[in-house]
Amino acid sequence: MSHISVRNLTVAYNGHPALRDVSFDIPDRQVTAIIGPSGCGKTTFLRCLNRLIDVNNSVRVQGQVLIDGEDIFAPRADVMSLRRKMGLLSQKPQVLPMSIFDNVTYGPRLHGVRKRAQLEQIVERCLRMASLWDEVSGRLRAPAAELSVGQQQRLCLARGLAVQPEALLCDEPTASLDPISAQSIEQLFMELKNDYTVVLVTHILRQARRLADYLVFFYMGELVEHGPAQQMLSNPSDPRTRKYLEGVIS
Amino acid sequence: MSSSSAPPDMQPPQMRDGASAGPPIDADRPTGGRLRLVMDRLVTGAVSAVSVAVALLTVSLVVALLVRSLPVLGLQSLAEMITGTVWHPLQGKFGFWPFIVGTLWVTVLAMLLATPACILTAIYLAEYAATGLRAVVRPMIDVLAGIPSVVYGLFGVLVIVPLVRDRLAPAAAEHLSGVPLLAPGKVSTGYCVLAAAVVLALMVTPVIISVAEEVLRGVSPGVREASLSLGATRWETVKHVSFRIAMPGLIAAVVLGFARAFGETMAVLMVAGNVAQLPGSLFDPAYPLPALIANNYGEMMSIPLYDSALMLGALILLVVVLIFNLLAELVLIWARRRSSQ
Repeated sequence: MSHISVRNLTVAYNGHPALRDVSFDIPDRQVTAIIGPSGCGKTTFLRCLNRLIDVNNSVRVQGQVLIDGEDIFAPRADVMSLRRKMGLLSQKPQVLPMSIFDNVTYGPRLHGVRKRAQLEQIVERCLRMASLWDEVSGRLRAPAAELSVGQQQRLCLARGLAVQPEALLCDEPTASLDPISAQSIEQLFMELKNDYTVVLVTHILRQARRLADYLVFFYMGELVEHGPAQQMLSNPSDPRTRKYLEGVIS
Repeated sequence: MSSSSAPPDMQPPQMRDGASAGPPIDADRPTGGRLRLVMDRLVTGAVSAVSVAVALLTVSLVVALLVRSLPVLGLQSLAEMITGTVWHPLQGKFGFWPFIVGTLWVTVLAMLLATPACILTAIYLAEYAATGLRAVVRPMIDVLAGIPSVVYGLFGVLVIVPLVRDRLAPAAAEHLSGVPLLAPGKVSTGYCVLAAAVVLALMVTPVIISVAEEVLRGVSPGVREASLSLGATRWETVKHVSFRIAMPGLIAAVVLGFARAFGETMAVLMVAGNVAQLPGSLFDPAYPLPALIANNYGEMMSIPLYDSALMLGALILLVVVLIFNLLAELVLIWARRRSSQ
């Protein structure tokens, strides 16, 4: 059984449905790209996986998201540890108002890591994983806001990795980056998928082609089609998927 | 929507004869260019003149007060009057120290009472309250800000003063005797530093909450969600992220409340007791500077130099408020620099 599986997930904002009866399994340790036109429910879906959707209090969620067999929307579910397991990389890099070092150690500190040496180790390991270490190792005490946007996004990735997540949820993570920074983020995903389940929301079809092992197509809040990327790209079974892949609908 | 797709008769005339690159014909050139330029100069001049006039108002206020207080300054030194503790106009003794201390006591205590409650309320409204609840509470707080200060004064006389006289002062006399500042010196009438501070705290509450909530809501949801997504609780997110980003604005909110409290006259005058002495405890009466001026200007003006001394009082008040504003500005600059790190 797969690590993350979605069962009959329906989400409505103020009574307007944003996702309708979505069910599928997200394959482990692969890049799953979620594609579809704007407003099709991609981001809503992603926000369900770490329950960040709870922040909005006019939202209603039905159905189940099972992680390791446990429903994360169950009344007694531990939201804090769920969010630790599901790292988030958002569209615009969101650095915390503190130093580079403190950004990376923010999560570990919350979860009880106190020893200086251990924190320093985490910082180096995660910054190296995000291939940022060489650029910032000399100025870890500098405010994170001083980094370039591309560096900030890699810092956000390092910060997410520092709490040892099991999956990475990425919401159009290259949308606000220059082409070179975007390329380095994509490169990182290719390396990270060996150890993490990556769920990538993207509106760039070519990015999905480059990165995805598994494709999921949403249209108007509905899960239209999902399957191995190669198969779906070369031979989509639903006419709507075909139209989207051909660029007729976008 | 390129023009080539439009039917020929819909295209602009100069496109039709191919003269689009040439200059427009003289008959089509807009007239009145000079008039518009003159108008523009006039408006520029008027706008700058008004701005300078407003700035000059502050300067002229200081100058006018200074000129009017020169007579009393000619007889006694400024330092002597500021530190003097005896206020006896008939004998020509104008010691401002009790009034300055009274103002400070009342204002500082009011801020100590108001600030924590206001910041916590703002946090609740900005970060925790459901949309519906906020929609009810917010307008109620805004209404509080619009209530005239004399109404707060009346509330103080009718509710706070009796409460202090009948409950708080006896309780303090019983349990806190010997504690400096807190033990009542003698039987309290209820008109005292504490009553004035409570009334002032109530008055500044809506100002501080309003600004602080606005500032906290200005923190981008993205940063907040970044913190939550790392497994932080709501409170941890407020403490480490929202608070840090909002700090300069929160300081501004408190300073705004402080400035409002410092110059407030009517409500304080009604409950402070107005006795020209140094208060020894919270239950002693005080005589804040604005109340002194409001109570006495226009009365007993036959006493020599009295009018001039009151003008000096107003000048001191103005200068202190200006200094506070300056300090606040410096704190803000410091906090902005710090919060971006």
